[in-house]
Amino acid sequence: MKSSRPRWSDLAVEALIRVLGFSTVGFVLLIFAFLLREGLPVFFKLPAAALLGKLWYPTFGKFGGLPLILGSLLVTLLAVLIALPLGVATAVFVREVAPRWAREFLKPLIEVLAGIPSVVLGFFGMTMVAPLVRQWLGAPTGLTVFTGALVLAYMSLPTIISVAEDALDAVPRSYRDAGLAMGATRWQTTWRVVVPAGRSGVIIAGMLGMGRAIGETMAVMMVTGNAARLPLDAAALFKPVRTMTATIAAEMGEVARGGIHYHALFGIGIVLFVLTFLINLAAARVIFRRRRKGGLR
Amino acid sequence: MTARLVVQRLGFLLLGLAALIVIAPILVVVAGIVVRGIGAISWEFLAGMPRAGMKEGGILPAIVGTLLLTLGTAVMAVPVGVGGAVYLSEYARDTAFTRAIRLAIVNLAGIPSIVYGLFGLGMFVLFLRFGTSILAGSLTLAIMTLPVVISTSEEALRAVPTEFRTVAASLGGTRWQGIRTVVLPQALPGIITGVLLGLLRAAGETAPILFTVAAFYLPQLPHSPLDQTMALPYHLYVISTQVPGMPSGVQNGTAFVLLALVLLLNFAAAWIRRHFRRRRPW
Amino acid sequence: MSKVSIRDLTYSYAGAPSPSLSGVSLDLPVNAITVLFGPAGGGKSTLLRLINRLNDLVEGTSRRGQVLLDGEDLYAPGVDVTALRRRVGMVFALPLPLPGTIRDNVVYGPRLAGVRDRGRLAEIAERSLRQAALWEEVKDRLDASAFSLSGGQQQRLCIARSLSLEPEVLLLDEPTSGLDPISTAKVEGSLFALKESYTIVMVPHSVQQAARIADRAAFFLGGELIEFGEGQQVFTAPREKRTEDYITGRFG
Repeated sequence: MKSSRPRWSDLAVEALIRVLGFSTVGFVLLIFAFLLREGLPVFFKLPAAALLGKLWYPTFGKFGGLPLILGSLLVTLLAVLIALPLGVATAVFVREVAPRWAREFLKPLIEVLAGIPSVVLGFFGMTMVAPLVRQWLGAPTGLTVFTGALVLAYMSLPTIISVAEDALDAVPRSYRDAGLAMGATRWQTTWRVVVPAGRSGVIIAGMLGMGRAIGETMAVMMVTGNAARLPLDAAALFKPVRTMTATIAAEMGEVARGGIHYHALFGIGIVLFVLTFLINLAAARVIFRRRRKGGLR
Repeated sequence: MTARLVVQRLGFLLLGLAALIVIAPILVVVAGIVVRGIGAISWEFLAGMPRAGMKEGGILPAIVGTLLLTLGTAVMAVPVGVGGAVYLSEYARDTAFTRAIRLAIVNLAGIPSIVYGLFGLGMFVLFLRFGTSILAGSLTLAIMTLPVVISTSEEALRAVPTEFRTVAASLGGTRWQGIRTVVLPQALPGIITGVLLGLLRAAGETAPILFTVAAFYLPQLPHSPLDQTMALPYHLYVISTQVPGMPSGVQNGTAFVLLALVLLLNFAAAWIRRHFRRRRPW
Repeated sequence: MSKVSIRDLTYSYAGAPSPSLSGVSLDLPVNAITVLFGPAGGGKSTLLRLINRLNDLVEGTSRRGQVLLDGEDLYAPGVDVTALRRRVGMVFALPLPLPGTIRDNVVYGPRLAGVRDRGRLAEIAERSLRQAALWEEVKDRLDASAFSLSGGQQQRLCIARSLSLEPEVLLLDEPTSGLDPISTAKVEGSLFALKESYTIVMVPHSVQQAARIADRAAFFLGGELIEFGEGQQVFTAPREKRTEDYITGRFG
């Protein structure tokens, strides 16, 4: 019984599994490293003022990123503004209100939405929504911030709904029971007790939804018109705009490898990476803190 | 009826309305694509090669390309992802390093698909000199799919009751033996569901393959992993935005095929999940 | 010669206010049934799990003292835990069949240990099932799912499963707590037969059960060993007042 030979196959397998476990950290670092490798040069070759300039005309050597950043932010914020209330309301409906038979087809449908490729949604937006926007709202091509925000909102909905559902699930049954025992109606209980208890979940849903929206490429590319202009006037909502993601996708195919345009696009990639990293870090912090405290807020 | 109940009725109605606003367009989109696309589907469309600059003929190379890319993604993402999940579920202790791994997974999940495309370009196409190829594309898609596979697999592993592991240990099994003989088999349906969900996302993604593998007009099938290939998502993008005069039938048909493929994987995943959940002995 | 010796064992779980076991010393005789009884939380189950080192799976515990099997320290560095667990088998309080057929369950241990020959596995299966008094009931349906058996049958299957490795010691943690009286009687009957070839250590689920089957009895209270002696003597004429109080139902 004393120290018989350790089974080498077991040790080898366990070592392999450990390596695979560590690999995710490796990949994140690798991705960041490569982005830096190809993107840092632009930050050295151009001063910050130029990079934050108002004109993005690469063919003329102008790499002002402001229109792109603002474009992304505008479309994203609008999308989350639309999607968050809708998503939370749907989650509340599915979890608290809908009868069992309704849930059986609501949940799979939301999963279907999550699976629809962005290019398909973009195609649909381009061919069926944009013409409507053009007709009803008078935008020349229908490819506008508004159209983009609509499509993006729908793409973010599954994320938001799922997180909101988790948050509602985490509210203990006793809360609901207590509310009802005090004579409140189900609506009052839901609205005044359960939803506030899941408040942090709603915040997380919004953050993760934003992260999802800001990173979306194809759908926005197909419906926002891709005009790299500053969306700062009042009517900007119904004019075309371009996001950071669309810029990379649209222009990378035509740049010279190693040229300043190439580095600039990678530079945008770095910005996107850092942005989504920060959003996800913040969301993860909220989640971990909530779990460790064991409470609901 | 008291005022409170009226309020409740209204409130529930509003919530239902929100749900309707969310659900109805999904049906509209799917129905729209199906109705407009199904007319273009024919044997020639599905199995034929493209001709005349894509305006005639079929989209077989795109279909094959997407299938190959999905297969390549699976081959690389499944072992690493399931292995990582086994590590997190069965071996990892609650240390700072484990938390770093979880953070890394959350971050990988949040990285925009276009950034994956940039990474794939920088690392696989250029640095490792694979060139724009199925290999580069699959590797890029595989890393992108990793978080989904790891998360769902870990959940499936954790769902297996601890008692089974205890019993296996009490009968002289090493930790890995217990995992191999009891835990993994029991978690398999959940793992497969997660893999299918990840793969359906990979199949539909355009941005990661833009610079790493996709070609537009390649009227031939790929021969080796180092070849470029057409792919359905990229194809749809190009024919709907870059090519003037493309017959809408081709566009709608392509959209239909891509959607059908994705929905098929979706239903398969949902079916597996439901079927095996009922048969669980615990 | 005692099969298992506990020497001055003190054991604590991480973060617990007091030790689960304090300075326990005990000699478990070979080929006999020793019961560990007492109120909940007394450390009995913990002690069982220390004998087959199943508590290795729990983190953050601290241990002092020794556990010896045939005179060898089980916690010495270099001890092969999986081999140990083939010498010391365990049956749990709830029947825990593994997913699979009855046959799969019974031969699970030997298969893990490397036995491949079908004939040998079939022999092992029959022997173990006979020893657990289950053979007659399942011999025609070894390929049925283990979950198709009744609770009592499942528990006897778990006993057969442990016996398939021919362990020297069999640990049973309240094995009949979920079973009806008939199944309980069958299990107790098989234990009587088994003690001729095995050393059996059991936590009973009632004092009456303990009194029925114990050759030796150890009374545990709050992690301490209060009294240990011949079965009949402990239950009819206990030396310690606390033992007597517990047996007569004054507490617990």
